[in-house]
Amino acid sequence: MAEPVSRRGLLALGTAGAGAMLLSGCDRLNGSPAFRSLLDGAQDAHRASQRLLGGGTLAPEFTTADLSPNFRANGSRTAADNIEWARHAATGFAQWQLRVDGLVLRPLDLSLERLRSLPQRTQVTRHDCVEGWSAIGQWTGPQLATILKAAGLLPAARYLVFHCADRFGGAAPYYESIDLMDGFHPQTILAHTMNGAPLAVEHGAPVRLRVERQLGYKQAKYVERIEARATLAGLHGGKGGFWEDRADYAWYAGI
Amino acid sequence: MTEEPSPPEPLPSSPRGGERVRRHRLSTRLWHWTNLVAITIMLMSGLMIFNAHPRLYWGKFGANPDHAWLEVTDRAGRGELHFADHVFDTTGLIGVATDAHGVVQAQAFPGWITIPSTYSLADARLWHLAFAWVLACGLGAYLLWSLVNGHLRRDLHITRAEWSPRHILADVVDHARLRFPTGAAALRYNVLQKLAYCGVLFGLIPLAILTGLTMSPGFNAVAPFLLDLFGGRQSARSLHFIAALGLVLFVLVHLVMVVLAGPLNEVRSMITGWYRLPRERAANGPEETAHG
Repeated sequence: MAEPVSRRGLLALGTAGAGAMLLSGCDRLNGSPAFRSLLDGAQDAHRASQRLLGGGTLAPEFTTADLSPNFRANGSRTAADNIEWARHAATGFAQWQLRVDGLVLRPLDLSLERLRSLPQRTQVTRHDCVEGWSAIGQWTGPQLATILKAAGLLPAARYLVFHCADRFGGAAPYYESIDLMDGFHPQTILAHTMNGAPLAVEHGAPVRLRVERQLGYKQAKYVERIEARATLAGLHGGKGGFWEDRADYAWYAGI
Repeated sequence: MTEEPSPPEPLPSSPRGGERVRRHRLSTRLWHWTNLVAITIMLMSGLMIFNAHPRLYWGKFGANPDHAWLEVTDRAGRGELHFADHVFDTTGLIGVATDAHGVVQAQAFPGWITIPSTYSLADARLWHLAFAWVLACGLGAYLLWSLVNGHLRRDLHITRAEWSPRHILADVVDHARLRFPTGAAALRYNVLQKLAYCGVLFGLIPLAILTGLTMSPGFNAVAPFLLDLFGGRQSARSLHFIAALGLVLFVLVHLVMVVLAGPLNEVRSMITGWYRLPRERAANGPEETAHG
C-alpha cells in the first residue's frame, strides 16, 4: 500500500523540481546570447514569411462607424520640453518645416502648408500597441512615397529614419525606422489630420508617421526630419528605433 | 531514433492484462513531448505578454477608455480580478503577489509562472513568437503524419456508435466511478478520451494559433478574413486567452487521469511506446496479487 504513495510523492517532488528547474533554466537561457540569436532567427522567419505572403497587400481599413470613441494617447503626450518644437506649437506650426535629407538627390524642407497641398490619402485604420490594446482612428496626409519621389532616393538608400521632436521620459530623442518596402507602401502616410481635425499634440502634432502593417511604437509622433540611410548602424543605439534600443523590441513590428 | 527490440507484434484482439504491448507510435511520442515544451513556453511567455495589458475586450478595438470584460488590477496593494460585474480579491496569486526575493510585485501573473520571471514584454514576445513556430509546425507535421499512418482514422476517429448518447453516458459513468478499461480494451481510446484529444488537436490548438495570427497587424494584411472570422482583433485576443485557459484545463484533467491510471506505466508508454495492459478485474480463478 505504501508503494504507490511514495511513487506519487516522488512524482510530485519531481514535478516541483522540474518546475523550479524550468524557471531558472528559462531565465538562464533568456540571458544566453546564443539562445537569443536563435530566437531572433525565428523572428526573422516571421518577417520573411509576412513579406513573402503579404507583399504589398493593404492593412484592413474600417469605416468611421468603427472609430474608437476615445483614442488612447500613448508614449510622449507632448514635446514641449523641446524649445524649438514648443515655439512652433505656440504659432500653430506656421513656420514649422519637415526636413527630408540623407541619401537623397534633393534635400527638402516641407512646410505644413506644402504637406497639405500634396495629394492626400485618408484611411481608417487600427492602431495596435505592442502591449495588446487597439484603437481605430481616421488619418489623413500625403503618402510618404510622394515625398520620397520628390526628394529622389539615392541607390544606396535602404532605410528611412524618422527623427522626432520628443524625448520619451526625458531620455534620448525618439526615432523610428522602416525599410523601403514599407516606405513606398500606399498606406504609409505622414498624417497631419486625425478624425477630421488637425493632429492633436498628444497624438504627435504636427505630423506623425502611419505605417499600418506594424505596431504602435513604429508610428513615430512629432516627426521633424526624415533621413534616408544605407544602414541603421551608428545611429543612436543602432537597433533602428527608440524602443528597439531601450527595451529590445523587434525592429520589424508586423507581429 | 534507435531501433527498438522487436517482440512479437501483438494481435489486435489477443493481448491480455499484464502483458507488455506497443501502445504509442513514434510520431505520437515525439509530438507529445515537443508539444509539452511548446505549450508550456507559450503559456508562460503568454502570461507575461498579458501582464503588459491585463485587460480583455470584445470587438475590433479596445483600450483603457473602453469596456473590458476581464481585467486584472492592483488597488491599494490588493490584487483584483474584474470579471463581468464581479470583483474577486486575488491577492497573492493574481494582481499582487510576492516574488522569489520576497518583494511584493504588482503585476497580473506572478513571476513564478511567467517567462521571463521578471517583467519584460520584449523578451516574452521573443520566446512566444519563436515557439509559435514549434507549436504550429509541430501540430501540422503531427496531423499529417497521423493521417498517413492511420492514427487519426484508427485511434481518434469517433464512430457512429460512440457518438450515441447512451455510449457517452456509459463512459461518463465509468469515469465517475474511476473504472478504467482493462486488458485489450485499454489499448483503445474511450470516447471521452477521443473527444478530449480531438478537441485539443482540432479545436483548442488551432484556435490558439489562428487567433494568435489574427493579432498580428502584418498578418491582417495577408489574411484579413481572419478578423471577420473572430470578430476583430480584440475578440481574437480574448479568444486566444480563452483557448489558452482551455488548454490549461485539458492538461490538468490529463494529468489527473494519468495519475489515476498509473503514472509510471502511462509515462513510460509515452516515452518508450511500451505499455503494460491493466489486468482484467474479473480474473480467472482467485484474484492475483497485483504487483504492477
